[in-house]
Amino acid sequence: MTQNILEMRSITKTFPGVKALSDVTLEVARGEVHAICGENGAGKSTLMKVLSGVYPHGTYEGDIVFENETVEFRDIRDSEAKGIVIIHQELALSPYLSIAENIFLNNEVKGPLGLIDWNRTNQEAKKLLARVGLDEDPVTRILDIGVGKQQLVEIAKALSKEVKLLILDEPTAALNDSDSDHLLDLILHLKGQGITSIIISHKLNEIKKIADSVTVIRDGKTIETIQHKDVSEDRIIKGMVGRDLEHRYPDHTPHIGEEVLRVEKWTAHHPQDSSRVMVDNVDLTVHAGEIVGIAGLMGAGRTEFAMSLFGHSYGSRISGKVFKRGKEIKTRTVDEAIQNGIAYATEDRKMYGLNLIEDIKRNISMASLRKLVSFGLVNDNEEYKVANEYRQSMNIKSPTVLQRTGQLSGGNQQKVVLSKWIYSDPEVLILDEPTRGIDVGAKYEIYTIINRLASEGKAIIVISSELPELLGICDRIYALSEGRITGQMPVADATPEALLKLMTLEKQR
Amino acid sequence: MSDTATKAPASSSGIKLPSTLSHIVSDLGKNGIFLALIAVVVLFSITTNGILLRPQNISNLIVQNGYILILAIGMVLVIVAGHIDLSVGSIAAFIGAFSGVLIRDAGFPWWLAIIGALVIGAVVGAWQGFWIAYVGIPAFIVTLAGMLIFRGLALITLGNSNIGSFPEEYRALGNGFISFAGPDAAIDFFTLAVGGLAIIALIVQQVRTRNGRKKYGQAVDPTVWFVAKMAFVTVGVGAFTYALASFKGIPVTLIVLAVLVMIYGIVANRTVFGRHIYAIGGNRHAAELSGVKTRSVDFWLFVNMGILAALAGLVFTARLNLAGPKAGDGFELEAISAAFIGGAAVQGGIGTISGAIIGGLIIGVLNNGMSIMGIGIEWQQAVKGLVLLLAVAFDVYNKRRAGGGSGR
Repeated sequence: MTQNILEMRSITKTFPGVKALSDVTLEVARGEVHAICGENGAGKSTLMKVLSGVYPHGTYEGDIVFENETVEFRDIRDSEAKGIVIIHQELALSPYLSIAENIFLNNEVKGPLGLIDWNRTNQEAKKLLARVGLDEDPVTRILDIGVGKQQLVEIAKALSKEVKLLILDEPTAALNDSDSDHLLDLILHLKGQGITSIIISHKLNEIKKIADSVTVIRDGKTIETIQHKDVSEDRIIKGMVGRDLEHRYPDHTPHIGEEVLRVEKWTAHHPQDSSRVMVDNVDLTVHAGEIVGIAGLMGAGRTEFAMSLFGHSYGSRISGKVFKRGKEIKTRTVDEAIQNGIAYATEDRKMYGLNLIEDIKRNISMASLRKLVSFGLVNDNEEYKVANEYRQSMNIKSPTVLQRTGQLSGGNQQKVVLSKWIYSDPEVLILDEPTRGIDVGAKYEIYTIINRLASEGKAIIVISSELPELLGICDRIYALSEGRITGQMPVADATPEALLKLMTLEKQR
Repeated sequence: MSDTATKAPASSSGIKLPSTLSHIVSDLGKNGIFLALIAVVVLFSITTNGILLRPQNISNLIVQNGYILILAIGMVLVIVAGHIDLSVGSIAAFIGAFSGVLIRDAGFPWWLAIIGALVIGAVVGAWQGFWIAYVGIPAFIVTLAGMLIFRGLALITLGNSNIGSFPEEYRALGNGFISFAGPDAAIDFFTLAVGGLAIIALIVQQVRTRNGRKKYGQAVDPTVWFVAKMAFVTVGVGAFTYALASFKGIPVTLIVLAVLVMIYGIVANRTVFGRHIYAIGGNRHAAELSGVKTRSVDFWLFVNMGILAALAGLVFTARLNLAGPKAGDGFELEAISAAFIGGAAVQGGIGTISGAIIGGLIIGVLNNGMSIMGIGIEWQQAVKGLVLLLAVAFDVYNKRRAGGGSGR
């Protein structure tokens, strides 16, 4: 009889072409709060999906031992039956149902005839809400309470299933400070009641506060597990980032010219909840030929900043000034932004970047059709020619430009997106996660293209959650935390440790 | 016929037989809907003992289906953008009634009544476009409301009675013919001449497109296949012309249709506006982030649909020489069916003008053929429903086989 409630032994999980987890081991002691740390894409979420049965037994290698018993989950219901409940970052609540209905969804309290017993449902819900410290009427609809309270409802729902191991994936990412504090206290409180928790978090001070031990994961491998007394931010950061940076990035000698873009006091609020500041007084400059990085953790406001700048595509109550070569410009619509020489390649190319049912040619011409018009008509032969030139210069691997972009690999899709924006002839290119979901070889090609654009005098902003990538290709890096720029440094002075410190720097309270 | 935007790669020489053959097979596969039309025509020619292909019937086919085809042109664009329009039948009835009142009660000359009707059609379209594009209400709801609103307005305009007996010029829109032959002549040489010119124009245009593509190093049809296609066009259009010439000449409705198909074919494929429609249907977010003014495109699409619905209403009213409150009942469903049978995708982003026209013709031939056979209206309805279902099912199956299309 060990005192470990959970042991995951030598877990290996492969996706086509990528090894997401390689020989990962995780041991969680009964009754502790165990934190898992790692960069975006390190494999934390994949590991939790293996644990909870989202990836069923047989699709991974290795063993899961829960309460001294080897378990083989086929789906989430299996793991929940054993008392393992996962609460995802995106909450899984139905907005138009009441708190009580959500808590007992698919686990309804029934009377003798098999009908739902609403009195008992609400009564039981009330008890569960009391346990998580939420003072709301159980008949309140989910959409009428804030995100923080919704999180508590999720936990109440977990408690209703007699949870033994509670997994929280970035639980405080969307919460304000007081909600975060409340949630962390609750986790400690539940620990007192004997519930073990695994918490995935980026926020190092949070981890220090509540975790009994920390497992660091990097590139799909377990680096180490640190006990509470030994936990320090430096040690965690070192574990998260320490890797070989050489030869993964092409050489690049910057020739930095005059200032091309200057953004002053850029502020944007949440589109629905306009009291939440998502981008907070951001000042930023980019010069010709310069590659500037924006480093920030998930939820820091990176994409929000870029999209609010690019034609006010995100947010509400947007304010601030934009200058191009010293002259103020407006970017209120996407078209206006494009006309002013700004291009934005989105982080989610399938949702926001490409028309997947259309061919390469028409995707490339999409943002600049006007250039192809003569006598009011689009010259499709010219369009073909242009697309073909990009296919060659960007090395898009497809037989012709008439291939649908939905059939291309991630790397080639990204090259189509880049071609589209390069063809729009911008002076400033904002590249949001330009190598997300792309294999290593294609990454190198994308970096080469970025370097080439810089050497042609374009001003480039790269947003990335991979610090090594930013350190490998940028000339200067800004750190973003909670919507604010918390510092900037030339790449020569930048270290992952220093950047992570800035990225996790929280507002003075 | 063949979609100008998609051609499979092939050897440019076109000498090697196997590659030519595989090219032909893939080309035929892409134009399956056209083959389906031919199959339906052949089937009903047999079951009706050739009555289907008699000159008078061919002429009737065009005139009887003209207004559906006009609606299908607008509808396919609406569907490509990811919307739907349920109100076109009611709008057609309302506009038909409106034009009738203008002529009979207000004493407008026929041409002014037509212009007035089209303007009101545009206003009606702008009304619906406003709610859809700028208020953000789904087109299904807005046009469902429009279906009721404009049916109601049609009834109000007519005071629940029919208006009839319009001037001859107005009626020509629906059942006029252009012909210079005397009533006793066996054949109209003017019609033959127009048909001949149309064939020449088609071939010249195809050859020029082909040469343009070749010049830019694009793959084109192998020569043999291209010539065969042109020969087919010549025979097909020639036979069609001959049929018209030996009946009453060229229907005015056909001229209206031909002009519309030409204009909208160009709009859909060669103008920025048309490209934006496809971009919006394919991925609205991506289109927005590429600078497409999605709201404005949506708005003008519905203005356009309003004008075409008005035109369909005029043609229908002119043909019956009667504006009735029940006119246009079910037009929207036939137009929507035409677009989907013609290969438009329910999710938007895919669909062609030529496909919608062929889809409309398939429905027309089904209607016409079954009527000649004496099959009752109840069975006609059921058969048409099945054809729509099978056509879309076939499309879905084809896409799934091709690898799910978007490859998630």
